[in-house]
Amino acid sequence: MLIPLILLPLVAALLAVVAPWHQARSLLLVVGSAGHLLMTGVLLAQPAVVGTPWLGLDALSRLVLLVTSLLFFGCAFYAVGYLEYHRVRGNRVMVPCLLVFLSAMTLAVLARHFGLLWLAVETTTLASAPLIYYNRNRLSIEATWKYLLLCSIGIALALLGIFFIGYGALVGGVHPVDLQLDALLAAAPDLSRPWLHAGFVFILVGFGTKMGLAPLHCWKPDAYGEAPGLVGALLAGGLTSVAFLAILRALQLMNAAGDGPLARQALLIMGLLSMTVAAISMVRQPDIKRLLAYSSVEHMGILAIGVGMGKLATFGALLHLVNNALTKGGLFLSVANLQRGYASKKLWEVRGAIATLPVSGTLFLAGFLAITGSPPFGPFMSLFTILRGVFGQGATAVGLGMLVLLAVVFVGMGATVLTATQGPAVQLDTPYQDKLLVVLPPLGFVLLVLVLGLWLPEPLVSLIREASALLEVTS
Amino acid sequence: MSESLLANLLLLSVILINFFCLGSARLVACIRAIAVQGVVLALLPVAVHGLCAHSLVLGLGTLCFKGVLIPGLLLRAIREVRIRREMEPFVGFATTLFLGTLIAACAFLCADWLPLAAAHHEGLLVPVALTTIFSGFLLLMTRRKALTQVLGYLMLENGIFIFAVLLSEALPLMVEAGMLLDLLVGIFIMGIVINQIRREFSTISTEQLTALKE
Repeated sequence: MLIPLILLPLVAALLAVVAPWHQARSLLLVVGSAGHLLMTGVLLAQPAVVGTPWLGLDALSRLVLLVTSLLFFGCAFYAVGYLEYHRVRGNRVMVPCLLVFLSAMTLAVLARHFGLLWLAVETTTLASAPLIYYNRNRLSIEATWKYLLLCSIGIALALLGIFFIGYGALVGGVHPVDLQLDALLAAAPDLSRPWLHAGFVFILVGFGTKMGLAPLHCWKPDAYGEAPGLVGALLAGGLTSVAFLAILRALQLMNAAGDGPLARQALLIMGLLSMTVAAISMVRQPDIKRLLAYSSVEHMGILAIGVGMGKLATFGALLHLVNNALTKGGLFLSVANLQRGYASKKLWEVRGAIATLPVSGTLFLAGFLAITGSPPFGPFMSLFTILRGVFGQGATAVGLGMLVLLAVVFVGMGATVLTATQGPAVQLDTPYQDKLLVVLPPLGFVLLVLVLGLWLPEPLVSLIREASALLEVTS
Repeated sequence: MSESLLANLLLLSVILINFFCLGSARLVACIRAIAVQGVVLALLPVAVHGLCAHSLVLGLGTLCFKGVLIPGLLLRAIREVRIRREMEPFVGFATTLFLGTLIAACAFLCADWLPLAAAHHEGLLVPVALTTIFSGFLLLMTRRKALTQVLGYLMLENGIFIFAVLLSEALPLMVEAGMLLDLLVGIFIMGIVINQIRREFSTISTEQLTALKE
């Protein structure tokens, strides 16, 4: 069941390469993602899935798989309407790349072998580069080049980190040396410490580049700013979660080796730095898409802090992973509608969005309220849980710092978002209005986030509890 | 003994190629040098682990990808963009060469300090891997042309490959093949992007790529 889940989008991608019609390709995208979501649902309904040494489904991968699949389904739906607008540019590259991207993300989520995990994450970089270049102008070339080069180098460092851990096993006398996760976890106490620590740092830097933690985030505003909105949503909600999962795998290993506190400290520092950098950049940010990119940096920082604190905060962080991904989906897709309507994403041109494009403008405002942690949306619950965890452990300074930064972000982001959404209607030069196909997906995401804020389904809670148990020291 | 002698000779030639790339302005020559480095790396697993199925297949794969296909892609890219020389690097060639030597010296000194397995204390694998990785970084940082940056990335990957030879028993062949394939596709996409950069800006200098900033 696990292998078909990876192969399904791949087959759809192959079909899309040979399919001669525009509509057929768009349809394949929806069918592929719907099939993926369906199979994910079936898999998650089963209490235990028999894995292989290569692929498996533990609580962490269940959680990330659910998020990625759900987000991709919404974005695929949106893509049909989006690609209809851009018929001239075609979807011959876009659809296969999107499907390969989904397949690679699934592989990364299910991988139980560090080599395979690395391979899958690298493939996501390659599959998403053409997506960022979709608009084919100078700015998108620049963004694509930075993304491709920086992420490739980052990922190469992660590979080196994985090799360091393998070498640590060799030096520690583990025989046979195997980079399979369970084998490594079992052998963790024997690993040579210096190599394990170096390996963790390199993995954190490598996958941290992919995830966009400061100070390794500099490709992020460019790539998110120039990529089409639905690609931005997939990167900010899906890919970052997958990269975070890769870091969590390394954290599991450090925990098993008894060096969890060190790893958590590193995550905590990078998380605080990310929040600070993002908060500074978001104040007076004139570009609404770059604003969202910095918001993504901020929330990656929050995830890192949550896991870095541990216990209740880990639970909050994993819940926040779900909330962040869905909210980012709603935000990026609604901003894409605004950008298309105004033919601009600059604050001096986007004005009076609610009066001009009522649904997309309102969704943008709602998404802003959600992502900054206003009740009654889901992120409020998860941020509250993280903060409770932080204060509960007596880390008052960290908690206060987070509160201050969250307030700065709220004010900074609020100034931009309110300027863009409030005010009298503007006469648009473009023919794009709110249409059902491009409005429904972001609406769905925002409603889901709202529901998650009001009511947490019991299966989700137990899934997150299981997942956070994997990240705690078990011995 | 002859095997380790061969391995050491191969590793020394890797270092010489690093220096050549750091000091040369001619892009075609640099790409050829990286191709030769790929061929040398292909021989390395056989030289270190002896003739066995794993090292033979890995060597053949490396030969095809790093020795032939990837340099071929880069040569094609360079033919399309019609650029021959790296002009005005951020740091002069002599300085880069000097820094490269410094890196090599540091790598050899530091390798003695590292907690290596007993079998690897004598070998050159670790210091050469470190030298190649850092030389790749140096190339990435000091050059303007997008193509030279790709060469730097390739050198970085080559350094990681040398380190991977230490633990080839831990890496299943499938994963290694996948890594090579990913590298190839990556270079292919980078080649396309370089071509697009040339088409839009009529240069492949990454200096032009500065419109996106705060």
